[in-house]
Amino acid sequence: MLAVTRSSLPRVPWRVCRAAYATAPSLNPVIEQDIHHFSKILPSTSVVSTLSPVASPASDLDQFNNDWMGKYKGQATTVVKPKSTHEVSQIVRHCWERRIGVVPQGGNTGLVGGSIPLKDELVLSLANMNKVRSFDPISGVLVADAGCILQSLTDYIAPHNHIMPLDLGAKGSCQIGGNVSTNAGGLRLLRYGSLHGTVLGLEVVLPDGTILDQLTTLRKDNTGYDLKQLFIGSEGTLGVITGVSILTPPAPQASNNVILALPKFDNVLPLYKLVKQQLSEILSAFEFIDRTAYELAVKHGQGRALSDEDVRGAACFVLVETSGGRREHDEEKLNHLLETLLEAEKPLINTGVLSQSPAQFSSLWALREGVTEAISKEGKAYKYDISVPLSSFQDVVDGTREHLRSKGLLNDSAVKHVIGYGHVGDGNLHLNVVAESYSPEIQAALEPYVYEVVASHRGSVSAEHGIGSMKTHALHYSKDEVSIALMKKIKEIFDPRGIMNPGKVLP
Amino acid sequence: MRPSKACLLNILVPVKRAVDYAVKIRVNPQQTGIDTNVKHSMNPFDEIAVEEAVRLRERLKDQVKSIKAVTIGPPKSSETLRTALAMGADSAIHVEIPESAPSPEPLAVAKTLRAIIERQSKAGADSGIDVVILGKQAIDDDLGMTGQMLAGLLGWSQATFASKVEIDVEKKEARVIREIDGGSEEIKCRLPVIITTDLRLNEPRYATLPSIMKAKKKPFEKLTAADLGVDLTPQLETIKVTEPPKRVGGGKVETVDELVAKLKEAGIKAV
Ligand SMILES: Cc1cc2nc3c(=O)[nH]c(=O)nc-3n(C[C@H](O)[C@H](O)[C@H](O)COP(=O)(O)OP(=O)(O)OC[C@H]3O[C@@H](n4cnc5c(N)ncnc54)[C@H](O)[C@@H]3O)c2cc1C
Repeated sequence: MLAVTRSSLPRVPWRVCRAAYATAPSLNPVIEQDIHHFSKILPSTSVVSTLSPVASPASDLDQFNNDWMGKYKGQATTVVKPKSTHEVSQIVRHCWERRIGVVPQGGNTGLVGGSIPLKDELVLSLANMNKVRSFDPISGVLVADAGCILQSLTDYIAPHNHIMPLDLGAKGSCQIGGNVSTNAGGLRLLRYGSLHGTVLGLEVVLPDGTILDQLTTLRKDNTGYDLKQLFIGSEGTLGVITGVSILTPPAPQASNNVILALPKFDNVLPLYKLVKQQLSEILSAFEFIDRTAYELAVKHGQGRALSDEDVRGAACFVLVETSGGRREHDEEKLNHLLETLLEAEKPLINTGVLSQSPAQFSSLWALREGVTEAISKEGKAYKYDISVPLSSFQDVVDGTREHLRSKGLLNDSAVKHVIGYGHVGDGNLHLNVVAESYSPEIQAALEPYVYEVVASHRGSVSAEHGIGSMKTHALHYSKDEVSIALMKKIKEIFDPRGIMNPGKVLP
Repeated sequence: MRPSKACLLNILVPVKRAVDYAVKIRVNPQQTGIDTNVKHSMNPFDEIAVEEAVRLRERLKDQVKSIKAVTIGPPKSSETLRTALAMGADSAIHVEIPESAPSPEPLAVAKTLRAIIERQSKAGADSGIDVVILGKQAIDDDLGMTGQMLAGLLGWSQATFASKVEIDVEKKEARVIREIDGGSEEIKCRLPVIITTDLRLNEPRYATLPSIMKAKKKPFEKLTAADLGVDLTPQLETIKVTEPPKRVGGGKVETVDELVAKLKEAGIKAV
């Protein structure tokens, strides 16, 4: 039971508050009666449960109980797949009354164990809420159910010459509701900004089942507190997002990309400076992959490799994308940049390749986007998605590798690769440690080591993937006590019974 | 029209600018053709042809004297030639047609290519073309006959749908593995030869930045059909272009009984 009631809260000092909330309120498991109740609300195809009377085989629940990396495993007995906001509301209200934990689940591509029950909570999958509600081709405002898959939204608005303001490697599975809940960054952030800017409105089912309708399509609406912002990036801990209104930009009329091979990491920053200066408004991505990440992408068939000659002597690669309104204009700028780069007295790059067709454009992108997938094929990944100053990217990767070596863990039966890649343009490095298998020794060698390194740079322990259950203990490296106490207070206001995604985000 | 005596190969690679294969084709409202205001790139089979010519040079070294790319098309086709040059062709010829002109038909293209080949052999004993490598078809009109027509017009050997090409310059001989129904066939033919490429022949390279820069300085000749004395007027008239009928989406049924009922409704009977 909760140790502090809402009315007593303001008088409790922050520090005490924190201690009090450390004990989670006790929650009830789903039992047969609950299944009975869900069956009254939902059609039979929308309830999957090992409990009777549904009695699905346990294997039917595997995809909901295991995360994308195969790292986290839940024990949910039951998954519900409502089709409407009303159905979501009825389910959540029942769970509120019965104090059953609820894990909202989108495409289950999250990388921090946020979408998987810690124990036997109810999984509420948004997969069946997959209708576009409206699209206005003049304003570009798209209103969609939270369960719409990102790629299908991209396809939906493509004929209207618009694109989604975000794009990420998981686009074929992740849902817009999941993206909003994790405040996903991805490959277009550099150009179109974060979801905090592009999301115009949300429809949310609050933990007691109340429907919060803030699904406006207004670009400007300064009428008091902007509540929707709280749900963006809250990872399902404050409510279930059921509808999203989002501003989509017009599709660029021309896009190009090029992969540049660099002799050393130190050249990345001067290159970024030059590229920004020369391409200015048409620059839409500046992505970094180190040599190891590149080799893994190629090894696991992600995009066609560059020729041996082109990769010779390359320490790392940068993918530059341009998007603009007029092809001739963009190409002129890009050509000028490439000439400058090749003719420089002290060249920043060894060489590079420029895509000549949409097929090559996709292939070059696949070398970058495919890194996440290649890593998962190579072994078990410890993923640290951190923000650190650009200048320290390489030091963090090399430092981690040396640290593991000093612990005797850098060998084929323990850690195989230490890899760096990411969104240089946003100061976001993905530090990945690929191991033969997950082990307590590696875990102990990496944490708190990595978090301390991040804190020493005043960076973020989670730039875009979120906290989930993986990093609750590390939240304090990036958020001070005052902030964490306030976050807990907000959680308490929305969810005093603690049923929404319990054990996630807050320590 | 004998090939060069000095045992050096001159290769001609015809390439076409086509609507990119990743683009969704839309018929224009007048139903006279398709919306061409979309991304174009080099016809993928031609890209394979350029790649094969470049690989032949990598293997045969100095025995390949020249690789010339040629295109017949509107002004923007010059970009396709630039790509061919960046991939490794030495020089380019653009037979330019007006932006609004209809796309030339295979026979007209074959005649134009013949004119270029004749022009080459007149230019000197050692500049005659020995090998023409081109795509087996262009993905826009899918006609797939230019190579064969050219071989017919010139009376040269032809090796179509190639998945492997070996050339013995001394013997003036090409060994080609061709894709045929249910397998492959190996043939040997005398040079000069027309080879058309199939998908499995190779995987074309990316254009590297240094080669793109170099390509800008390579010889680039512009001609018109009149310069070559050929007539590109189409002999076919397109009456109407339509989209294939839309696929009707399937539906989900809840129970087996419902499925059976639906099947009956659709007139499907038990046997
Ligand atoms: C190959 C790959 C590449 C990736 N690349 C990037 C990247 O570039 N940038 C980036 O930021 N992330 C990236 N990610 C991780 C990213 O967070 C997720 O892919 C995506 O945003 C999550 O969407 P999802 O629908 O799969 O959510 P899930 O994984 O199902 O859920 C994620 C979290 O959101 C909550 N949630 C989901 N739906 C809702 C809802 N409707 N209401 C309330 N809470 C909800 C869940 O409870 C969970 O806490 C990548 C992942 C993969 C596998």
